[in-house]
Amino acid sequence: MDASQPITAADGTPLKKKLAQAMFRSKLRATGLVVPLLAFVLASFVFPILALMWQGIHNDTFERLMPNLTEELRVWDGVSEPTEEMYALLVADLKQNRADKTIGKVASRVNQELAGTRSLFTSTARKSKKLEPPYKDALIKTKKKWGDIKVWQAMKLTNQSLTPGFYATSLDANYTVDQGFVMKEEKRQIYTKLFIRTLIISGSVMLLCLILGYPVAYLLATLPLKYSNLLMIMVLLPFWTSLLVRTTAWIAILQSQGVVNDLLVWIGITGDESRFSLIYNMTGTIIAMTHILLPFMILPLYSVMKTIPPSYMRAARSLGATPTTAFIKVYMPQTVPGIGAGGLLVFILAIGYYITPALVGGQDGQLISNMIAYHMQKSLNWSLAAALGGLLLGGVLFLYWAYDRIIGIDNMKLG
Amino acid sequence: MSGLTKKVVALAGMSAFVAGSAVAAELTVVSWGGAYTKSQVEAYHKPWMAQSGHSIISEDYGGGIAEIKAQVESGNVTWDVVDVELSDAIRACDEGLLEEIDHSSLPPAPDGTPAVDDFLPGTLHDCAVANIVWSSVYVYDSSKVRNWNAPKTMADFFNTEAYPGKRGMRKSPKVTMEFALIADGVPTSEVYDVLSTEEGIARAFAKLDTIKDDVIWWEAGAQPPQLLADGEVIFTTAWNGRVFNAVAAEDQSFEMVWDGQIYDLDLWVIPKGSKNVEAALDFVRFSTATEQLANQASWISYGPARASSVPLIGTYHDNPAIQMADHMPTAPGNFANALQNDFEFWADNQDDLNERFNAWLAQ
Repeated sequence: MDASQPITAADGTPLKKKLAQAMFRSKLRATGLVVPLLAFVLASFVFPILALMWQGIHNDTFERLMPNLTEELRVWDGVSEPTEEMYALLVADLKQNRADKTIGKVASRVNQELAGTRSLFTSTARKSKKLEPPYKDALIKTKKKWGDIKVWQAMKLTNQSLTPGFYATSLDANYTVDQGFVMKEEKRQIYTKLFIRTLIISGSVMLLCLILGYPVAYLLATLPLKYSNLLMIMVLLPFWTSLLVRTTAWIAILQSQGVVNDLLVWIGITGDESRFSLIYNMTGTIIAMTHILLPFMILPLYSVMKTIPPSYMRAARSLGATPTTAFIKVYMPQTVPGIGAGGLLVFILAIGYYITPALVGGQDGQLISNMIAYHMQKSLNWSLAAALGGLLLGGVLFLYWAYDRIIGIDNMKLG
Repeated sequence: MSGLTKKVVALAGMSAFVAGSAVAAELTVVSWGGAYTKSQVEAYHKPWMAQSGHSIISEDYGGGIAEIKAQVESGNVTWDVVDVELSDAIRACDEGLLEEIDHSSLPPAPDGTPAVDDFLPGTLHDCAVANIVWSSVYVYDSSKVRNWNAPKTMADFFNTEAYPGKRGMRKSPKVTMEFALIADGVPTSEVYDVLSTEEGIARAFAKLDTIKDDVIWWEAGAQPPQLLADGEVIFTTAWNGRVFNAVAAEDQSFEMVWDGQIYDLDLWVIPKGSKNVEAALDFVRFSTATEQLANQASWISYGPARASSVPLIGTYHDNPAIQMADHMPTAPGNFANALQNDFEFWADNQDDLNERFNAWLAQ
């Protein structure tokens, strides 16, 4: 047989092609099995996240609902006196929004840029039917504020659908028509402080979890089975208990009339009048979060420690190392993948924690996630919530990248 | 068709017949939970279900219009009637999230006075009908022995020299800033004028600074009575009905200080696109009739929004010795130095003041 001739199957087609056909069919089947999951993840996870992230830089409420004024505002320079024509277009748009019952949306949007303008829009819209030309005088007569250039500048800003304004706010800056980005005054800055506090609290929780969890994981991995099983149940039982139950239990334990303080007063460490504030502050947040996240540190550590053969330690001892040296030089380096996995897991979970700080955080134990929840649920400024969430996501991705560069993600072992 | 299915169909047919020509609707009514929702269930839901043949699912929420907005904008409205605060009712109405309610369809008073004249001024709005007047006050526990005189004024709440200890306050600039100004000596009639200026805001924060380290912030209405009962705080601001409930139903010895109270309304609204608009409207009409409003007042000490309900207010449902009229925010003895929450001020400045308040908290 000539070696240059392709090998053929029984029906004469080249074997290579036949193989590709068979492989294609099985690939198709495999893909078909994955498609439902893929579609589910795309539809319920990736797409909503992208849609929300998009809201962080894009808000077309004003442009959509004030179609007459929008062109005129775009060409306006932002500093000169608004013209009669602009006022007339404004009135036309107000009338339309009043009829469509959408004026509240416009008012809310402008009010985000300039506080105190919501009622300016809603009340003027209510009277818009009665307004007669010349509109400039008529509007200023209804509400003096319409003559204020700041109101027009705020409208020009909201008119810009694609805006860096929400990200600027997330970093405690103002985005203005005439000066670009300006930092807010000191006492109105909040988000940068909260981001830093979130990082500090998450870092502290991670370290505490490591310090508390490492010995427990070591015991779990080295004790005889009958003891380690009992210990494992003691780790898992709280892990299976509801988050809310555990958080409220900490309130009962730590409050000023609670178990810990009662005990301290009874022993005589502190007086009845000077009980410690252990909850409704940062201390409470760190204690409760450490307890709740502890299993996420212990379990990866345990799974790594379980695979380390005890003979390594014995070998180190027999070569003359003291128990401490053997532990530090031989045992600990082998647990690094577990430390990395547990640390990263705890840190990332802590950074997005929200119920526990809301319940036990008081005023200085709040995290950035509480602010995001606030803007989603209370102030309804979803664009700002999206921008804050975007920054948080970016931060986590950066940390992940940094971790990969320094320690290497391949080294991580989750279980 | 199996025997069982036949029976079910027959039963369904019978019940439809009993309920009359209309198909029985299942209404979802959403309110603030706890003692307040219980008062509504007893005074509104039960009699309405008995009368109309419809049924009601009662749900709790924590206020705000986020859920209504989400439901209306996604086109999947599952709430039919919601109990909201005034500023939220106005805002949601302006954003087109609510059904309009025709005031002329509301039932007149027993003496024939039309509803628009019978409801207290400012309690009827395009999309909302008020049911109660509630109030924010502060409260202390008189059973705990302390070496101070009983507090009498709003200024006492801020006086940490004479009244050392932790204080509970709602974690919101609304009411908190007004309390601070009243305590600082601003007459109730001028509070919102002062608060509309930069100096006024600075003044309120300066007053709050004096007690900042002593404040425990609460968020849900059920928290303050608990904080007080646990001895976590010596004073706490609270909603007067919750305090009354703790006193009347749980035998707590809480005392309210009515000086500088800030009263507000709770109103029924119907989210736009509710699947049971007719039944929802019927429920709103039924529950805001003179008799029902007066009945609710025998369960919780919130004042009815109708003038004609006031003379009908009786005693606490569980204890005929408690005259409910004495415990209303509007009772003469309590109303001396009261302030009505200015919804327009808060609609305008809520976002801004919330941001400043949060920044102040975080400092």
